[in-house]
Amino acid sequence: MEAKLKNDLKKTACKIRMGVIEGTYNAKSGHPGGSLSIADTLAYLYFNKMNIDPANPDMPDRDRFVLSKGHTAPALYSALAQRGFFSAEELKSLRHIGALLQGHPCIHTPGVDMSSGSLGQGISTACGMALAGKIDGKSYKVYTILGDGEIEEGQVWEAAMFAAHYKLDNLVAVVDNNGLQIDGKITEVCSPEPITDKFAAFGWHVITMNAHDLDDIDRAFTEASTVTGKPVAIIQKSTKGKGVSFMEDQVSWHGTAPNKEQYETAMAELCAQLKELED
Amino acid sequence: MADVIKKATRESYGESLRDLAGEFPNLVVLDADLAAATKTGIFKKANPDRFFDCGIAEANMMGVAAGLASCGKIPFASTFAMFAAGRAFEIVRNSIGYPHLNVKIGATHAGISVGEDGATHQCNEDIALMRTIPGMTIINPCDDVEARAAVRAAIEFNGPVYMRFGRLAVPVINDAETYKFELGKGVVMKDGSDVTIVATGLMVNEAVEAAKTLEADGISARVVNIHTIKPLDKELICKCARETGLIVTAEEHSVIGGLGSAVAEAVTECCPVPVVKIGVNDEFGFSGPAVDLLKKFGLSAENIVATVKKSINK
Repeated sequence: MEAKLKNDLKKTACKIRMGVIEGTYNAKSGHPGGSLSIADTLAYLYFNKMNIDPANPDMPDRDRFVLSKGHTAPALYSALAQRGFFSAEELKSLRHIGALLQGHPCIHTPGVDMSSGSLGQGISTACGMALAGKIDGKSYKVYTILGDGEIEEGQVWEAAMFAAHYKLDNLVAVVDNNGLQIDGKITEVCSPEPITDKFAAFGWHVITMNAHDLDDIDRAFTEASTVTGKPVAIIQKSTKGKGVSFMEDQVSWHGTAPNKEQYETAMAELCAQLKELED
Repeated sequence: MADVIKKATRESYGESLRDLAGEFPNLVVLDADLAAATKTGIFKKANPDRFFDCGIAEANMMGVAAGLASCGKIPFASTFAMFAAGRAFEIVRNSIGYPHLNVKIGATHAGISVGEDGATHQCNEDIALMRTIPGMTIINPCDDVEARAAVRAAIEFNGPVYMRFGRLAVPVINDAETYKFELGKGVVMKDGSDVTIVATGLMVNEAVEAAKTLEADGISARVVNIHTIKPLDKELICKCARETGLIVTAEEHSVIGGLGSAVAEAVTECCPVPVVKIGVNDEFGFSGPAVDLLKKFGLSAENIVATVKKSINK
């Protein structure tokens, strides 16, 4: 990946993370851990990969995105705000009464293609969007991000079977493999491993990716674009809480908002990272 | 009565989908390995490229329908009522109801008249479940004519619709030439002044038959067909409450949460009069021929007559 683009995307990812901290701090609730782990992927998709237009969010031929792991909405909202779908000020009223930004994604928010967040459902709706594209002979792609804990839901595997059966090669499902879910490590709660083997067995083209290395993200999504006849699963190895030292790899940050002191520390860390990228 | 034509509303559903395919190019049909039973196979035969079998995976099917609708398709997601409203309830709520997507749910084999398959497949709870989803329209047609009109009304309406169809062949009581379907409007099948029998689905015919018997016994019974259970025609229900002072409801569904509950909820707010509910009481069904089961569970003209007489004498 070209150096300037890479640096720009890194800066964008850092700003997405700042929005996650801003949003969850102001909401006094929410899910920062899994939001931070998908920030680089969202930066790449929304600022480099997807054909979207903030001035025309319902553009019929746009690429679609479904956040199947909808509890990490702060990251999506932060990306959409930066991309210009709505003001970043909205993040300050995340989860408040009357706010544009609901606790989980709602289709009525500009840039949000599907309501989601009840786990396991987003991938099915993404399948429907991909099927519609096939029926109409459109070239748009459908991207969805699932949690690694989320794939314990049986519906995910119904969708996996469906997508392969209908050869939905316009569908890319990213599994955010940060290894942690609410009750602990995914391998200790009720293990969904081996994840890559499972998707391969269901007839998907499987790619593994480092979720925090933009060159590797670029490689994975570029490969995904070349696949025909099969849906693509990208298993991204990620760190929950990535970018905020005290949140990294800590299951306790799955669904806890930072207090004032933690907010200030996190923002200071992210500001320092951003400054380094800007120098 | 020998000339009465009988037809299952599931047949009407499958045929209507086929008949509407040309007029509505965005119409697509999903099924969950029950195309032969839900009768979507009729559509599939005529339009194989617009039919998508999802296999035995109803949760995913409802999500796929939501995704299709978000891209401008009009999907008819079809399976038995037990799986559409029961198994897939939360997907219907969160992926279809909450985003208010233009998905049509064709739920067949509703109620006790599933027959021999027994309690596991006799869904007497679907209306109750679907009623609780904000913005969901619920239609329960009484015969072939009304079912066809309902499918057309559903496709012309923008929003989620739950349509309830039966397995059992039931008498065709409406005249195809003159019948007009208006979403959300009840139909007065027969006027009367002593009691109003409010019925839905296959109980409409039973109610009409019951009213004839009651008439002969000197009781003037009004019969109202409520094909759209949500939104309910509260205006008509309240008018009937005011004018007849007694309501008996009749439905092939649990007495908890269905038509009877909806009518009682409306009446208590506008004109409190006794509402006596005929339906499946708080119990599971069991195997047997559909016609016998309907009698056994009191879903018959005879029981409506008896219930009306008992209620009037109170």
